[in-house]
Amino acid sequence: MSENGMFGSTRKGAKKKDSADRTQLQTILIRFTRHRPAMISLVMLILIVLFAFVGPFFWMWDHTVYKEIPSNLPPGGEHPLGSSAAGNDVLAQLMRGAQQTLKVAFTVSLVSTVVGSMWGATAGYYGGRVDALMMRIVDIFLIVPLLVAAAAIAGNTGAGASWSAIAMIIAIFSWATIARVVRGVVLSLREQEFVEAARASGASASWIIIRHLLPNAAGPIIVAATLLVAVAILAEAGMSFLGLGIQLPDISLGQMIGSARTAVTTRPWLFYPPGVLLVLICLTINFIGDGLRDALDPRQTRVRR
Amino acid sequence: MTTEYMNEEHATVETGDDVVLEVTDLSVTFPSDDGPLPAVREVSYVLRRGEALGIVGESGSGKSVTSMAIMGLLPRNAQVEGSTRVLGQEIIGLNDKEISKVRGKKIAMIFQDPLTSLNPVYTIGYQIAEAVLAHKKVSKQAAMKRALELLEVVGIPSPEQRLRQYPHELSGGMRQRVVIAIAMANEPDVIIADEPTTALDVTVQAQVLDALQRARRETGAALVLITHDLGVVAGQVDRVGVMYAGRIVEMGPVEEVFYRPRMPYALGLLGSLPRLDGDASDRLTPILGSPPSLRDLPPGCGFAPRCPMARDRCHEEEPRLLLTTGDTGGESSAADDTIVHRSACHFSEELAGVEATDLFQAGEEREKAPKDAPETLVEPEVLLSATDLVKHFPIRSKGILRRKVGEVQAVSGISLDLREKETLALVGESGCGKSTTARLLLNLIKLTSGEVTYMGQPLQGLTDRRMRPLRKDLQLVFQDPFASLDPRMTVSDIIGEPMRIHGDGHRDARKRVKELLELVGLNPEHGSRYPHEFSGGQRQRIGVARALSLNPRVLVLDEPVSALDVSIQAGVINLLEDLQDELGLSYLFVSHDLSVVKHIADRVAVMYLGKMMETATTEQLFKAPAHPYTQALISAIPLPDPIKERTRERIIVTGDIPSPANPPSGCRFRTRCSKFANELSDAERTKCVEEPPELLDRGSGHRDACHYSQVVELI
Amino acid sequence: MLVYTMRRVLGALPVLVLASILTFVMIDVSGDPLADIRMQQPPPTEEVIQQAEARLYLDRSMPERYWLWMTGIGGNGDIGLLQGEFGPSTQGPHYEIGPAIAERLWTTLRLVGAAMVFALGLAIITGVISALRQYSKLDYTLTFVGFLALAMPTFWLAGIMQAAGVKFNQLVDEQVFATIGDGRFRAQGEPLGDQFLNAFAHMALPTLVLMLISFASWSRYQRTSMLEVMNSDYVRLARAKGLRNHVVIRRHALRTALIPLTTVVAISVASVIDGAILTEVVFQWRGLGDFFITAVDNNDSYALMGWLLLSGVIVIVANLVADLLYAVLDPRIRYE
Repeated sequence: MSENGMFGSTRKGAKKKDSADRTQLQTILIRFTRHRPAMISLVMLILIVLFAFVGPFFWMWDHTVYKEIPSNLPPGGEHPLGSSAAGNDVLAQLMRGAQQTLKVAFTVSLVSTVVGSMWGATAGYYGGRVDALMMRIVDIFLIVPLLVAAAAIAGNTGAGASWSAIAMIIAIFSWATIARVVRGVVLSLREQEFVEAARASGASASWIIIRHLLPNAAGPIIVAATLLVAVAILAEAGMSFLGLGIQLPDISLGQMIGSARTAVTTRPWLFYPPGVLLVLICLTINFIGDGLRDALDPRQTRVRR
Repeated sequence: MTTEYMNEEHATVETGDDVVLEVTDLSVTFPSDDGPLPAVREVSYVLRRGEALGIVGESGSGKSVTSMAIMGLLPRNAQVEGSTRVLGQEIIGLNDKEISKVRGKKIAMIFQDPLTSLNPVYTIGYQIAEAVLAHKKVSKQAAMKRALELLEVVGIPSPEQRLRQYPHELSGGMRQRVVIAIAMANEPDVIIADEPTTALDVTVQAQVLDALQRARRETGAALVLITHDLGVVAGQVDRVGVMYAGRIVEMGPVEEVFYRPRMPYALGLLGSLPRLDGDASDRLTPILGSPPSLRDLPPGCGFAPRCPMARDRCHEEEPRLLLTTGDTGGESSAADDTIVHRSACHFSEELAGVEATDLFQAGEEREKAPKDAPETLVEPEVLLSATDLVKHFPIRSKGILRRKVGEVQAVSGISLDLREKETLALVGESGCGKSTTARLLLNLIKLTSGEVTYMGQPLQGLTDRRMRPLRKDLQLVFQDPFASLDPRMTVSDIIGEPMRIHGDGHRDARKRVKELLELVGLNPEHGSRYPHEFSGGQRQRIGVARALSLNPRVLVLDEPVSALDVSIQAGVINLLEDLQDELGLSYLFVSHDLSVVKHIADRVAVMYLGKMMETATTEQLFKAPAHPYTQALISAIPLPDPIKERTRERIIVTGDIPSPANPPSGCRFRTRCSKFANELSDAERTKCVEEPPELLDRGSGHRDACHYSQVVELI
Repeated sequence: MLVYTMRRVLGALPVLVLASILTFVMIDVSGDPLADIRMQQPPPTEEVIQQAEARLYLDRSMPERYWLWMTGIGGNGDIGLLQGEFGPSTQGPHYEIGPAIAERLWTTLRLVGAAMVFALGLAIITGVISALRQYSKLDYTLTFVGFLALAMPTFWLAGIMQAAGVKFNQLVDEQVFATIGDGRFRAQGEPLGDQFLNAFAHMALPTLVLMLISFASWSRYQRTSMLEVMNSDYVRLARAKGLRNHVVIRRHALRTALIPLTTVVAISVASVIDGAILTEVVFQWRGLGDFFITAVDNNDSYALMGWLLLSGVIVIVANLVADLLYAVLDPRIRYE
């Protein structure tokens, strides 16, 4: 989905500052802050991250505690979101679940981006047969259904005990999308005259890749990495829902939904909160990615003709 | 249109029945995040039946937006004010149904880029017939028949076959003729041609202009020709309007405007143009500065900041477009008379008889140093030399095996010598291999065979490491000032990069960068800025500064000025000339523009389809071209002089440039050669078909590769 | 065109082979088909384990096993994809993987196919509307809905839909939506109208879920593609010819803007399959999703390999079809 995001453009123009006074980073920041949905999303995502990682220190219940709490409490009182069938506090579970989900997703994104960028940049820079072969391998990873393949391996290996193993398995099947993006960008950058100018001055391949190609590919890489976070969250959630992701006693949002599947109407407090949180995380990340795309695309002028 | 209708409109009654297009106070504003952008301001003109009006201006002057506004083709967010009448009918503000009856039927349009103007998924025949069917209730067969006729009119060979082809199967020149055919399909009263030949090679441009003329003859349509090329305007139109910063600043009969311009901008534009018919030793007179940003226009005359004769009044009050002769009381609102000369300058009467050099060179002290042409007794040292360069690019299949399925013969046997302190120009049309040759000389791509030496040392086969020290001496300047600078680096970093690559980016580097910025005429304090903050001309200067940072001896300039507007181009050309004098550089100047080449080069080499056609000193080549291709090339370049342009003799080249993947046997030019087609006997032709001509010396170093070369005087 | 087709088909073969290797190695390395047997109490004898190993060809080396899996040469006749055998199952000698997959394939493909067709229609309509009304309230709304759909976990949406279906049935006091099962067995032998109603009752909600999950990214893509085309020179020329706006949009803009969508849709078949699996599980269909979970639970390596390879083949075939469709739609490719 290559798409110039669209929420960021305020029709009534903000007062223009002399562009010569801005550094590039400032320009990007200004553009990003003008993208209202992205800014709102960023604030919300930060709040969610705080909720997931800092929240447990302040909340009275731990997600592992269940003996002291009656089962299936409806929301209210000491348990604002009620309690699960086993008697866990749902709010505490929610914090822990979001935390695990985010950890998995960010790790997937990081690992995939590093591996995918290197793979894609190499293929794009060298081109020709090297590129054809490397991209064929990428194709193979793209044709396998991510969720099912990851779930199969996780199920086989029993990786669900640790979130990092789950992250690695998802990363195996998601680096290819990054590789494809980076390769496309590098392929076109490679033909740019400024790259040839560097070569004409005697620059080596590594000089060109580090000083010219990667900085110029940074925008699309950051955007793709951001959007991958959302993809990874949904993949992890799907795996956990199938019972092949993060396993009890640890917990993730997908797994919470999975175990509340039969209680949608009878105990909705078990089913809706993790889902809403999951949607919120993905939604904010997608909007941030959209805003980043707007802000980082140097070709995007604010004049629409 | 009915006369009754027109009688109701008092404005048109005065201008007479033969007015087909009347534009009054047309303004276009685009909203943007940084405030409104007035792209066109109060443009007025009339066009009479069968007349040809030229609109010239540089990029951003609003000339294309004006025509889009007339056609109602602007995006919805554009605010259009004013009035446009076609045959008396107001067309601004018409709804879709009403305007679609005007478009194509009364007023048709031709766009700049023929490669994108046609829908790739429909056949040529379908797209022409569609235009016919949009306005006439005829059968599909009848429409197709009409399409066939139209293709014949615009001179497309084997038209029946073309009808069934898709756009991608036709060359650019051919496609533009299809667009012309579409424009004339319903015999419109007005054809607006927006830069119709800008994307084409000169020899093809001549063909397309010819087709355009035929279309006008056939339909009797009036023409609005929008272009930045003063030469094209000079030969094609009756009247011309000059646009600057969204306004028409001068308008009048083409001879008046070209020979007696009354607005400093028009004068400057003509003066900054390198001319094929001018004296090469004249220094160009650039207009300083660059066009204003439309977003914050100066309060007075838009040109005042660049105008040498600007006074207080110019900065305060915007001049109106007034008559230049007689009384100055005439208003510009009703552009009623088509033969008068108007200009928008407070002091236009002072410009009578003034030359561009008088006005614009006041600030420039440097005189062009006389070329040391007579000193040929001592031959300067040869720096860069190429012998029998060959470069074939493989065409590979798309599968994973990437089998080689063919070859593009980009360069097939080029030899040349670049001597110390000289400028050698490499000219030719697109696909002739001139840029490839330039890169082969710099060892940036591997050659298939042949030899390149720099000061006697062979370059081919050198490793990157061994090549690196030599790169200090051999530098490259690019065509596109937007793509050639890394957008993520500051100007200082860009200029200093070659020094850092060569490991001397220390303390002195900063000083050196400032020196370089000053040397190329930029503010040395601007080093911390990013490329996007500079205009095209300034960026090109940054590119030159980068190339100079290692103190090279040879600069390869790949179309260094062809992406720049005329008024900017002159300044860069002058800079290059000055630098050569100051630093003793040798230039290999790659260009398709013979006018620029004539101005800057000492020697010229003409290439066609990977082969050298002719080499000579600049003087010899332009005075006495010997190869039919060179002759055709020179003859195809329009002169910015209305009388000369209309009366000069032409050698028209037919057809398109063949694919370099499959060049013709024998002489590669023979398929388009007018000599081959018209003058030679069958026996002589056989030789052209069978035997590739060699590049032979016809005396005094003038070489050409033609079996039957003959000197012709063209200018 | 024939040459083009041949070249595409041949080009797909190496990808298929590489995909089979990847699938095999991944599953083979990660899984232990004998895990359940080893865990049995009391512990099984060495002989039992060896027997099981021999039956599952675990006594051979991995390359040998891959060769066997592909060709079946040297096997006991129950293995060899090229002979139509998927290999022995851990779920016992009587459980045949091939027929089991075949039986469920139709159920899943029906869901995937229906959802894709509807999603495609919805994507094109919303994408075009968004593009034509760029920056309008409608455009913003559609974009927001799209982003929401992209952020929605399939199974959660399915759960909500299921609950809503139940509610709806209670409300109208009639079984309009069947919220459990794929309804394949119930309808046999009944009149055609009833069969159709039955199919609709079972299909409606899962299809709706999968459609909503899938359409968003295509819609966004269609919007971009449409915007690009609307700004193209040939659309301007079409207007300049005097064609009416709706003709220009239909004949010139939409026709060309649809071309790149074929590729995008084909690429996302894999993720639609992912979505279908989750949807099936929620609605308790006996499709490939159920098959998959059973296979994972039983450490049934050959079943998993067969499953993954089959979905790979579906995706490759979809891409092949898209390539060919692309060529049909775009003459520039056709004469390549």
